[in-house]
Amino acid sequence: MAGKGGVGKTTVSAAVAYLGAASGLDVLIVEVEGKSGLPELFGRDDSLAYEEAVLLEAGEAGPGSGAVRARTLTPDDALVEYLDGRGLGKISRRLRTTGTLDVIATAVPGIKDILVLGKVKQLEVAAAASGSPGLIVVDAPAAGHAVTFLSSAYGLIEAAAVGPIRSQALEVSEMLSDPERCQVMVVTLPEETPVNEAADTAFHLEDRASVKLTPIVVNGVWPRVTLPGRLERERYGLSPEEAARIEAAVEFRLARQDLQAEQLSRLASLLPLEQVQLPYLFNVDLDIEATRTLALELGRQLERPQP
Amino acid sequence: MTERSTLDGLLSRREVVICAGPGGVGKTTCAAAIALHGARLGLRSCVVTIDPAKRLGDALGVASLTNEAHRVDIDPPAPPGGGLWALMLDTKSTFDEVVTRYSASPEQAQAILSNRLYRNISGVLGGTQEYMAMEKLYALHSSGLYDLIVVDTPPTRHALDFVDAPGRLMRFLDNRVFRLLMSPTRVGLRAIGAATNLLLRAVSKVVGGAVVNDAVAFFTAFEGMEQGFRDRAANVSALLSDPRTGFVVVTTPRREAVNEAIFFADRLAGSSDRVDALVANRMFPSFGSLPAVMTAALTDVPGQLDVPDGDRTASNLARSDVEATARILTDFEQISSKEESHISELAKRLPGTAIIRVPFLAADVHDMGGLDEVQKLLFAVS
Repeated sequence: MAGKGGVGKTTVSAAVAYLGAASGLDVLIVEVEGKSGLPELFGRDDSLAYEEAVLLEAGEAGPGSGAVRARTLTPDDALVEYLDGRGLGKISRRLRTTGTLDVIATAVPGIKDILVLGKVKQLEVAAAASGSPGLIVVDAPAAGHAVTFLSSAYGLIEAAAVGPIRSQALEVSEMLSDPERCQVMVVTLPEETPVNEAADTAFHLEDRASVKLTPIVVNGVWPRVTLPGRLERERYGLSPEEAARIEAAVEFRLARQDLQAEQLSRLASLLPLEQVQLPYLFNVDLDIEATRTLALELGRQLERPQP
Repeated sequence: MTERSTLDGLLSRREVVICAGPGGVGKTTCAAAIALHGARLGLRSCVVTIDPAKRLGDALGVASLTNEAHRVDIDPPAPPGGGLWALMLDTKSTFDEVVTRYSASPEQAQAILSNRLYRNISGVLGGTQEYMAMEKLYALHSSGLYDLIVVDTPPTRHALDFVDAPGRLMRFLDNRVFRLLMSPTRVGLRAIGAATNLLLRAVSKVVGGAVVNDAVAFFTAFEGMEQGFRDRAANVSALLSDPRTGFVVVTTPRREAVNEAIFFADRLAGSSDRVDALVANRMFPSFGSLPAVMTAALTDVPGQLDVPDGDRTASNLARSDVEATARILTDFEQISSKEESHISELAKRLPGTAIIRVPFLAADVHDMGGLDEVQKLLFAVS
């Protein structure tokens, strides 16, 4: 999942996970920034940790549905695991406390990203080997950084990094470029700046990270209401004050609705990608109800016959 | 709704205003609107932007990175003596300038500027952009050219805060492990200790010896400059805690954004009482509830609406009008009360901080006209 901050990337990640579970897959959500409002979207109030936590039990999304689990996977976590796996567990703490990790990460840009992606790959391979391949949803860093994140493997391969990091990068690039294993969903809002950034991100991801893109998700689209005709005040017995505020509300809705429609068509002309439009939810706070509503809508639109 | 607060009075107390908050909430717009207000009060007012949305950047004349402030035409023009300047921070060249200024010789500066590790710093090391924004602020403030400087800050999702940024960079530049390694004559090889050796050997094994060499070269080139950097960071920190500097936390009323704003405000409030205000940007307007006469109409049986001619088609049409009106008003009322509850939660957590509500406008702010509108809303100018 890739998108600029504030576009609802976490909300859409939750909806994708819910949809996956509802179609019988076991889903794991990986949060790479270590901080997230994800549990609330499944009606839980615990915060995410390195250990997997169940956000949705198997069967909760309908008969035969899978479970949704979630965990954090920060670069520090990934490094500790990586070193542990090589018998260097003892020094990993010192690497962090002495600031040596910062120095290495600055000297070798992309190394943190590759460690995180390497771990994701390991989780994917393990799930496939267990005979029940599920779905892993990675809540990637904010837009500009998502491109860096996903192209880190190629950067490191080109930089001819040595030994273990190079082979890690090669394996990650294999996973990323195989559409059967990995696809990237770009999330945006029907507003000018998010639309521009989403289009840039999508092109950069295809060019620099050679990933396949899913349809683009436009979050927060106001359901189009048929606007009422001009209400005749006398006919409804409205006071001038009532008539005026109704008119103001209708005008505001119309202005915003038109602005969104304009941005949606601009996105379509900038980016030759199928669009999925998720509704703005006026009536609910973001909780499991909202997640379910968005998941159903997402499923409905993804399954419609492609032209 | 509570009594309407504004930012009036802010600019008589502060010479520096820092706008902080989560990403995508309109920080740049608020920063520019505050600077614009300063200009209109007759101040020489400068806004430092980090990454403005394209059209807003164009409107401010900062479509590309410029470390020089550029004068922005405003209409009506600022009173004599006042004016609006804008710049878009170039982190890399700001850092380069600092290195050049503090190095003992052009050779030392060159050795640092061409080091691979140094070249990655501005793009990779967390907090560098924040720190350089503060460096630029310090330089602009001490130039004496401006009466008011308003700084937009990079969007952060991490706990990392620009207030910590000078400290983070100093810790990086002071790195003990590499310092010990590069000065064997002073410390003696043995003093490096088995633990450090093991550490560096492990590092070489994983990322290659070239990386360790690069790092050593970097810290060697940096030798002798730490003190200058430390003094500089102390000056920047002092400016941040100076009573002439104030903070405005910007957020939207969405729950996640509010949670982040609380976090920011807590961090800032911990060190001072200089959070001048909290701007709740893009609040949905409420247009009130459905008039009683229309509610009554909605509960009528279809086709039975009281319309003059009793014409069936006309009454159905009328009913759909009532329904659409109801839908629009209820949507706005629901969202607005939800947002208001998030904001009042925020208000409870920040007693004594003025909360300024800026409505979601019918169009987005991309030009000077839009900035005018935001300026008026922030400062209650009519």
